[in-house]
Amino acid sequence: MSHDDYQIHRAKIMTPSFIFLLTLTLIGFALIGVRFVKGIGAVSNMSDGYPWGIWITYDVATGTAIACGGYAMAILIYIRNHMHYHPMIRSAILTSMFGYGLAGFSVMVDVGRPWNAYNFFIPSKWQANSAMFEVALCVMAYTTVLLLEFLPAVLTTLEKTQWRTLQLLLDMLYARMGMKRPERIGDRLDKVKDLAAWLKPRLDKVLIFVIVLGITLPTMHQSSLGSLLLIASTKLHPLWHTGFLPLLFLINCMFIGYSIAILESVISCYAFKRPYETKELSGMAQIIPWLTVIWLSVVVGDLVWRGQLAAALSFDFYSAFFLLEFCLVAGGSLLMFSGKKRASIRWLFISAALIVLGGALYRFNVYLIGFNPGKGWHYFPALAELLITVGIVAFEILGYQVLVKILPVLPKLHTRQQLDDHK
Amino acid sequence: MTMANPSRRRFLKVLGASGAALLAGRKKAEASETHQVNNETIGMLYDATKCVGCKACMSACKRVNSDYGSLSYEQAKFDPDGLWDAPQDLTGSTRTLIKLFKESEKQWSYVKYSCMHCQKPSCVSVCPVSAMTRDAVTGTVDYNKNTCIGCRYCQIACAFNIPKFQWDRAIPQIVKCDLCKNTNLVKKGITACAETCPTGAIAFGKRKDLLAEAKKRLQERPGIYINHIYGEKEVGGTNHLYLAAMPFNKLGLPILQDEAPAEFSEKIQHTIYKGFIAPVALYSTLCFIAVRNMKKHGAEQQGQEKSKAGHGEGGK
Repeated sequence: MSHDDYQIHRAKIMTPSFIFLLTLTLIGFALIGVRFVKGIGAVSNMSDGYPWGIWITYDVATGTAIACGGYAMAILIYIRNHMHYHPMIRSAILTSMFGYGLAGFSVMVDVGRPWNAYNFFIPSKWQANSAMFEVALCVMAYTTVLLLEFLPAVLTTLEKTQWRTLQLLLDMLYARMGMKRPERIGDRLDKVKDLAAWLKPRLDKVLIFVIVLGITLPTMHQSSLGSLLLIASTKLHPLWHTGFLPLLFLINCMFIGYSIAILESVISCYAFKRPYETKELSGMAQIIPWLTVIWLSVVVGDLVWRGQLAAALSFDFYSAFFLLEFCLVAGGSLLMFSGKKRASIRWLFISAALIVLGGALYRFNVYLIGFNPGKGWHYFPALAELLITVGIVAFEILGYQVLVKILPVLPKLHTRQQLDDHK
Repeated sequence: MTMANPSRRRFLKVLGASGAALLAGRKKAEASETHQVNNETIGMLYDATKCVGCKACMSACKRVNSDYGSLSYEQAKFDPDGLWDAPQDLTGSTRTLIKLFKESEKQWSYVKYSCMHCQKPSCVSVCPVSAMTRDAVTGTVDYNKNTCIGCRYCQIACAFNIPKFQWDRAIPQIVKCDLCKNTNLVKKGITACAETCPTGAIAFGKRKDLLAEAKKRLQERPGIYINHIYGEKEVGGTNHLYLAAMPFNKLGLPILQDEAPAEFSEKIQHTIYKGFIAPVALYSTLCFIAVRNMKKHGAEQQGQEKSKAGHGEGGK
């Protein structure tokens, strides 16, 4: 594919939002330090009744769905053959990379004995009955795939770079030490450039097979994220415990993926003062209501089939959360069905936000709110526990902000007519 | 052409062999999917009507297993000097626990909690790295901290909330009863709690003998017991069985179906991933579509580039 669909966003890196996000990140990481020294109980309210708290529910189960923008865009572009969305994929892949990478990182914070994780690579320890085993391997593989998918952006930059910052830094360091800078450093840097130039066309040739792997893997592990709770038949409320959990999680991540791609585009265009990609977004928004209609039909059909419809409408605690999730998704979809609303960036934003909230609430309902281990157990995340999650999310946004300013990630403006609107 | 034939034959051979292997694998998988109870395995029978709540079993368990299970003593609020071990519940330091359930002055019962050693254990089914295992001969569900990653999926999965995690430690582990597999059972051939119990409330033995004993007691004193052996059929059968005079759910033992939850989840997981056919088929189909799309698009792009020849940067 063409690499000049993208451009580096030329702007200052040190902005007030950068400092704010950096502060949140540092607080979060300091608390992660406390967790490793004093145990998980010191920073979290998790208990033997609620062994999975906000870290698994948000960072992993919901965070990876929100990171499905890259997955949804890849289906749209490469499978449904809408190549004109291609300029939008790199930023979607970048957010997916951060989402998945940090979900993996959160798991390492959450699990009690992370140093034993190497057992995932020892065949005699494999346990194919476990949905967790499938999720773990798939997420690791997919994070690698995302890195490969993003590699062209890095290689393009390496190829063209003058190493200006690095040169300056080296000059300063050597000057400080009172030495002359040896020539061979320059040679080595040139070698890296040559390697990047050599690797790029070769990667381009096989990239499509990596991209398709990047579609297959999320299909597998997003459904398995639903399968994780199949075993909890006595603990998960019957409104959510169904054999269709894997299917519901799969469709759920797709409509969240497209909606989050819309939200990310609107937010980054607003924040970086670029023209909105209204035409592409409204085209993409056409797909979402069909996915949600399938999802909502499976939800309702399954409730009717299992005789749980009365429970869904009983307006108790569980029913309230179910109805909220249902109405958010249904409401957002109704708005998106209207062509007029789809043409307005404001309504696109609102409807996509409603669908992401509803879809995310579904995952919270399955992992936390609808989960009841028995009498006497309660869970609400501790402040430190929340701050760790906030820190990880802040790091995600921070990384995105910085990388779009040093690598060609955002769509090139002159490739689209909106440039005229912008002027 | 001469080369084509043998290679094709070899290909067919490989195909046939892998097909046969797939079929064989399927047969094996089907056999294991229909869960069968093994009554030759070992377990315990707790009779709540015989228990006097002395908690000798609790202290024996901790004494025998403290080093092996890395169990520590738990202080009560009223006991700043740490004179007693006073666990409130099963915890990361307590593998067995006696509790009193009191409904009225006349209606009360003790109950003992510890691992149920299920015939089809959920914790074993969900553990991603095989740290939870069930011994095929003894039926004991055991935990290996050296492979455990601490994901706590076993805690989510267990219908009895038995596996406990050490939340207060930097190097935590899961703690649960292993029928004294490496301690008392090796030395004395009986679990520490059953050995210590002064009233015979805890019987240790093969599951078939324990079931026969339980049925005998139900027959001999029908007025006293609730007419049900808890664990005989629950979640596919457990090796820790209960008799009691009060409804079991009041004693904190949940009302459960006969089907093991692990059978339900494994059925779905196996249907999706049978022989890994579905993921491979999905990947190949998607590859076919994507490559075709790319080729179509590449041809279009080349056409465009030719038409605007002279434009400096080439797309590919």
